[in-house]
Amino acid sequence: MVEKNFTPDLSVKFAGKIYSPNPFWLASAPPTNCGEQVMRAFDAGWGGAVWKTLGDPIVNVSSRYSSVDWNGQRMMGLNNIELITDRPLEVNLREISEVKKRYPKRAVIASLMVESKREAWHKIVQQTEDAGADGLELNFGCPHGMSERGMGSAVGQVPEYTEMITAWVKEKARTPVLVKLTPNISDIRVVARAAKRGGADGLSAINTINSITGIDLDTLIPRPNVDGKSSHGGYCGPAVKPIALNMVHQVQGDPDASLPLSGIGGISDWRGAAEFLLLGCSNVQVCTAVMHYGYRIVEDMTDGLANWMREKGFAAIADFQGKSLERVQEWKHLNLNYKIVARIREEKCIGCELCYTACWDGAHQCIHLDRVATNGGAHMTPAMREAISKQSIAMTPIPKLDQAAAANCEEPYATPLARIPRVDMDECVGCNLCALVCPVEGCITMDEVETGLAAQSWAQRMGDVSNPARKCD
Amino acid sequence: MSTAQKFEANPELVARFPEIHPPLDQVSALTEANRCLYCFDAPCMAACPTHIDVPRFIKKIAQGNLRGSALTILDANILGASCARVCPVDVLCEGACVFHRYNSQPIEIGRLQRHAMDAFWQDGAELERKAAAERPGCVACIGAGPASLSFAAEMRMQGFRVTVFERKPLPGGLNTYGVAEYKLRSSDSLREIELVRSLGVEFRFGQDAASEAALTQLEKDWEFIFLGIGLGRMRELDIPGGKHPGVVDALKFIEGYKTGGLLEVGGHVVVVGAGNTAIDAARAALRLGAESVRMLYRRGESSMSAFSFEYEQAKQEGVLFHWWTQPVGIVAKENSPKLDAIECVRTEPDSNGGLRSNAESRFAILCDMVIPAIGQLPLLEFLRSCRGVKVDGGRVIVDRATGQTSNPKYFAGGDCVNGGREVVDAVADGKRTALAVAKLLEKLHG
Repeated sequence: MVEKNFTPDLSVKFAGKIYSPNPFWLASAPPTNCGEQVMRAFDAGWGGAVWKTLGDPIVNVSSRYSSVDWNGQRMMGLNNIELITDRPLEVNLREISEVKKRYPKRAVIASLMVESKREAWHKIVQQTEDAGADGLELNFGCPHGMSERGMGSAVGQVPEYTEMITAWVKEKARTPVLVKLTPNISDIRVVARAAKRGGADGLSAINTINSITGIDLDTLIPRPNVDGKSSHGGYCGPAVKPIALNMVHQVQGDPDASLPLSGIGGISDWRGAAEFLLLGCSNVQVCTAVMHYGYRIVEDMTDGLANWMREKGFAAIADFQGKSLERVQEWKHLNLNYKIVARIREEKCIGCELCYTACWDGAHQCIHLDRVATNGGAHMTPAMREAISKQSIAMTPIPKLDQAAAANCEEPYATPLARIPRVDMDECVGCNLCALVCPVEGCITMDEVETGLAAQSWAQRMGDVSNPARKCD
Repeated sequence: MSTAQKFEANPELVARFPEIHPPLDQVSALTEANRCLYCFDAPCMAACPTHIDVPRFIKKIAQGNLRGSALTILDANILGASCARVCPVDVLCEGACVFHRYNSQPIEIGRLQRHAMDAFWQDGAELERKAAAERPGCVACIGAGPASLSFAAEMRMQGFRVTVFERKPLPGGLNTYGVAEYKLRSSDSLREIELVRSLGVEFRFGQDAASEAALTQLEKDWEFIFLGIGLGRMRELDIPGGKHPGVVDALKFIEGYKTGGLLEVGGHVVVVGAGNTAIDAARAALRLGAESVRMLYRRGESSMSAFSFEYEQAKQEGVLFHWWTQPVGIVAKENSPKLDAIECVRTEPDSNGGLRSNAESRFAILCDMVIPAIGQLPLLEFLRSCRGVKVDGGRVIVDRATGQTSNPKYFAGGDCVNGGREVVDAVADGKRTALAVAKLLEKLHG
């Protein structure tokens, strides 16, 4: 029985030094563009903020964002071509000082990006630390615009540059230095290792992903449209979360790369945050969800996370940080003798038959509509089923004319038996697809079947014991 | 009447009969379309007599392919626009939606269908024909109601020659003359029939085929004859005073206001009967200015043949219902176009499921007009002149799969076969029969 009568401690000390009352930081982006915004965010409950990247002044274009909507939902993914801050450095520095003075217990991190010169980096490190920043985040990830000028991801894509500039910064820095990694690279670990070699105290991952969100099919101009032309931008939002989680795992699972990690990528609620923390992140950063709904979303992020921690008996973030990391393994270490099969709860089935068509066309043809004889038998293809339906003669039921037909035969479930699919347990490979497409929560479950065989991985079967599966508790 | 005039809705009618199911706006349609689960072998499709591929046309709306959506509908049901408005979707597609079993409102299939069809009209209503080539073979349709229109459209799509004979001046049958205006405007029905005409269907109006001579000629000139004749006139109120001009049967009443002849109903109106047509008449009378509308039915609420949603809507609009009430006489002054009252008695069920009326209970309901809506009679006389076409209980006997009657030259569909159902049933009959006739013609002509 888990003790639930306690208040979980959400506070975090990133890299052992940067305190924030909860693990939720705003990522370096439009929501952290100025002091007024950051203070409002802190009032709403954000634990920290990574300031919109400081550097030499730039000029932005008009029309900067575009998004991917899906199935009637707005902004499943967001893309931007905005550059770093377009405000004078001294204004930003003054506001950082002001914010730190008013909110001493919230983390303020300065995101930095300057040209690849040692003096330039030394200078901005000095300036931002003098302004009172609690830490520095080196923006080696911005994939658009700045990268064309040799900055941002142009640095983050070359391990040598990453290591060199990190080392320059570390020569000067008194506060923790985080390196923000770009996902636009074939193996994120290579750059993470370089940052570690350069002396970084922590990492942030991931920055946005190179993307073109779409093309206006009337004008044929890709989005966002800047006077008839577009440019690739950085993709973020819920769509990128799975990619970010994998990269977080890659970094944290590699001893040569692993550092205190600030998780970023599509986090929009406490659940997403918990997932990043479970894969070893020390805290998380959020941007798109705030751009969509405002700072207020942090209320449920802290509340939801605290309730979940209470439910699970986790008193502090450290109690579950990294707990799922070792549950991700190379495929060859997975148990080949583990078997699950789909089970349909007839009483919950609404008869949409999406599992049937998914299994036939997208999986292993082991879900059938053969519970009643008139359906035509087990191995009818979807096309055969449809043809039968099209041949049927249906009429509008009119009470006056259909008195005889009114007496319906008894059905055991709310859905006619003829429409409730059946799983052929012997043929089912346990792929999960039917359970994934089923719109009804808990209607299709994947149940374990005892095989009577001891666990055996591919590596074990092939006699490869060089890298045995790490033990999971 | 010019073509343009025909499609111009009468502004006074429009004002008095706002649509009960207004169109969905773009955003609502998209949201609703996205809610559809896209069921496989969907129950909504099976419940539709014309088997419109509902999930497919809804998916196309969701994906911004409105023309594709409309063509999916029309492929199954050439009168998809009027069906979207008049179908009793609660007992058809929407009644079958799986969401009923998932604590959720069913998808608004009818309104989505209308959304796609409206876009099709706005886009110029161009229909591609399946088979461009003309093929040998010609058929005649008697009656220009939904069954014939559907039959004729499909025959043209298949490349055969079709002529429709109609005794009235306008095509569409009940779609044009008999559907409540707040569901479907006559102008919209006529616009839809233009689509059928555009396929090359020939219409001959004012042509009564109901004589032996006319039928003999038709049999000589055409290879097959499709009977889409519907039902005949309404049953009369067989009580003293039943023929008074203040007694107007429901279909005449509805046709009267739809064609612009009767746009004012004053005073108190009594509708006799409790079917869907009775409700249509009652609700129309309210819209035309009646002070009160009462419906009399000789049985109880549970026996009424109107769909329950129709009953609910009528109640909400203020129609009053008198159950277990049977009219026995009309009271009117001589030479007055208006009535004084309708005399009634109370009824009660007897032990064999019949009715017993209580003569002692005689009472009068003051009223100015009585609208009987107690069912349509079959066109028995006409059907007797179609030699060899067997009729049972007033319905033409056909082979369900082909629509063929007992005289192999004659096919039939719609109300004359099913006893009076919905537009969508007539369309389904017409199309199913056309496919069978097309096969026969193919065989005959090679």
